[in-house]
Amino acid sequence: MTTPLPFAVTLDVGSSLANKTGTWRTELPLYVSNRPPCATACPAGEDPQKWLYHAETGDYEAAWREIMHINPLPAVIGRVCFHPCQTSCNRAQLDEAVGINAVERFLGDEGLRRGWTVAVAPPTGKRVLVVGSGPAGLSAAYHLARLGHAVTVREAAPKAGGMLTYGIPSYRLPRDVVDAEIARIVAMGVDLQVNSPVDDLAVEAAGYDATFLAVGAQLGKRTDIPAGDAARILDALTLLHDVAEGQPPALGRRVVVYGGGDTAMDAARTARRIGATDATIVYRRTRERMPAHPVELEQAEAEGITIRWLSTISQVDGDRVAIEAMRLDDSGFPQPTGQTRSLPADAVVLAVGQDTDLRLLDGLPAVTVHHGLVEVDPTTLAAGQPGLYAGGDIIADQHTVTAAIGHGRRAAAAIDAYLGRGGEPVTDDRAPATFEALSPWYYSDAPASVAPQLAAARRIDTFDEVVAGLTEQTALYEARRCLSCGNCFECDNCYSVCPDNAITKLGPELGFVVDTDYCKGCGLCAAECPAGAIEMHPLVPAG
Amino acid sequence: MTTVERTRFYQVGSWAAGNRLLDPAQASVQADPGRANAITSGHRACQGCGEALAARWVLDTALRVTGGNLVVVNATGCLEVFSTPYPESSWQVAWLHSLFGNAPAVAGGVAAALSAQGRDDVRVVAQAGDGGTVDIGMGCLSGMFERGDDVLFVCYDNGGYMNTGIQRSAATPAYARTATTPIAGTATGNRSGQGKDMARIAMAHRIPYVATATVADLRDLETKVRTAMGLRGARYLHVLVPCPLGWGTPSCDTLRIARLATQCGLFPVFEAVDGVVTAVTPIRHRADVREYLKAQGRYRHLFEPRPRTDLIEAIEAQARRTIDEFGLLAADQTEEARTP
Repeated sequence: MTTPLPFAVTLDVGSSLANKTGTWRTELPLYVSNRPPCATACPAGEDPQKWLYHAETGDYEAAWREIMHINPLPAVIGRVCFHPCQTSCNRAQLDEAVGINAVERFLGDEGLRRGWTVAVAPPTGKRVLVVGSGPAGLSAAYHLARLGHAVTVREAAPKAGGMLTYGIPSYRLPRDVVDAEIARIVAMGVDLQVNSPVDDLAVEAAGYDATFLAVGAQLGKRTDIPAGDAARILDALTLLHDVAEGQPPALGRRVVVYGGGDTAMDAARTARRIGATDATIVYRRTRERMPAHPVELEQAEAEGITIRWLSTISQVDGDRVAIEAMRLDDSGFPQPTGQTRSLPADAVVLAVGQDTDLRLLDGLPAVTVHHGLVEVDPTTLAAGQPGLYAGGDIIADQHTVTAAIGHGRRAAAAIDAYLGRGGEPVTDDRAPATFEALSPWYYSDAPASVAPQLAAARRIDTFDEVVAGLTEQTALYEARRCLSCGNCFECDNCYSVCPDNAITKLGPELGFVVDTDYCKGCGLCAAECPAGAIEMHPLVPAG
Repeated sequence: MTTVERTRFYQVGSWAAGNRLLDPAQASVQADPGRANAITSGHRACQGCGEALAARWVLDTALRVTGGNLVVVNATGCLEVFSTPYPESSWQVAWLHSLFGNAPAVAGGVAAALSAQGRDDVRVVAQAGDGGTVDIGMGCLSGMFERGDDVLFVCYDNGGYMNTGIQRSAATPAYARTATTPIAGTATGNRSGQGKDMARIAMAHRIPYVATATVADLRDLETKVRTAMGLRGARYLHVLVPCPLGWGTPSCDTLRIARLATQCGLFPVFEAVDGVVTAVTPIRHRADVREYLKAQGRYRHLFEPRPRTDLIEAIEAQARRTIDEFGLLAADQTEEARTP
């Protein structure tokens, strides 16, 4: 101010922008990316929120590519995964979990239909042997090929796929889907050799820079049941294998399946499809304790399969089996009661677990095999012998297709590091995104769309796929039900609820920034963020 | 007549301000990076002020509707004090302040002057707190309604005289603690009446448009401002704006508290045309009155040192009466599609 102003003059108005209210602040909002529960739960290491974010826009290719970063078999996993992501989904606390698995299947099918492919890095000159072409082996081969390594896959069977081909019935997983996803991996330059068993790994791994072992658990376990000569007893894996080969065994009309896992369900449902009119599952414990997935059980019951709970087979004789009633003791273990009854049975199928055949490791004393499982480092899956890694059903972990995909990926990353390269990070250290951090008010009510199912009556005599996929419209709907837990999806709430106009909207895909000159730290943006993607952090005094 | 059109957008519906997938035309004014920011940064409202927020929402929408041809008349109160300490102003709109009680008369005068100049394109909004509306300005406001001045009058109701030290007004709810209705001896806060129900007093004037809204529902508020600005004559908008300081709530809870007020039934959100209620916003997720009360320091004496069940039940009865009167639960609540 240079010239003195006369008395009572009107001054120009100043702006309150001169008043930096940011100095009032004791807490500062920070935009965060937290780990959604679906990502925490996925045994393969997928982050469904990430790819649903793309699917929501209708950019299915970007969504598919996000999946393919982790999982090379989305069309397969979209059919056979027991989706722990959905079990943990925060949306279940609002209405119903997002149908993540069904969207993944839609994206997987879309990838096959449109022939999308994945780029391969320049050759590294390193050679890696993968033994076994089940989901673990395929996943390792895919990731190693993507990273530029020369991969050879040795498969003992005439067809690739392992349990995908020989274990899971085609009404759950059509063979053309398996074949197409394998073909895409082969097209990346993977040398897949079928009818090519590895008998002595110490010899046959020579000449390779690293090896991933994933031969699976191919042997059906037997259990000691007193049986007469005429008894027809076979194991579930043989049944499923022979059906997959197109040579179904003659089981007769009345089939009793012994066991309570998913394989027991598969065996009973398969028996129905190859002519058994009367399929009964005998299981020692109760419905609550059954290891089979509830969906599998529900579908089996819908197809007319009888389940005898708290029962065991005490004897098989001719065309009858003796069933003994069990009771659970205080520790939940089934104990015999001595009460038996007789049940007609033309065949008994044992589905009581699987065993491994690891004789190919005999020449490698550094590898420890314990109870039929290879001991590995839980993170890298290194199997004791330098350069040797193992995964799938031969290590101690969940024995599911999805877990196997994760093993393949983790082993590939570890092998990449072992071969002196970067090694892709496989861990997600973000803080968990909890339901409590969400503002559920903002989400509209939208129950899950259920994938339509073939009528039970039609499905029992066919190997047609039981669960149909989502249409493009329902997949989009389902993707948009994602709450985007812990991650901004640009709903503009923070920008609109700031009483101090202290948040700047940067534009599509760019997010928002806090203007620290004016942010008073009231916390409204964080409280009203639907996704819990803003956290208030106390200011630490400088120095 | 003009309830918000909620798009069938399943991730957030249009409960949130906008969305990256939403056509910009369907997003709220507040989601627009080009919004007017009628009240800009640097104002001295408390952290989490509901009134500062609601004023921006209302005026940005009015500016959008009028293409910027807007004059705002402000009564004395928090909104005036925190926005215009000499020589600063936070207003990015033509803005007038005269006295505490005369804002409706001044606004009516501005409208008359504009009309005399043939400037029908320039619109007038007057705004005040609940003190300037239901107490000090009520005579002028009633006159403005009766004359039918072409003014939208907006009351930001935070239930008391907050910037002067939280004294009670005729809009302070029953049993709330204020500086002039303290908790001492046998005193239990504000008297047990319901105060002046200004929205229905306005309706009794049979003016073209009366509506209530809260700072918890941006879309609803913007829609009501658009509707009001589409009409001529005296119009009244009553906006519930929680006050963290006066209500004893954390600054981050302002919207949550307003939401609870609507969802427990104590604050009805509705529209009335020519004195008749034409639309109500139904309760979406019903909340417990106790949850609403417990969240606020001004009601602490209802729960401590021993629960005053009699007083709580009286407030619950008031919520039930309001729900019944406006049919807040009876209305169709299936605003979302059940199937794609």
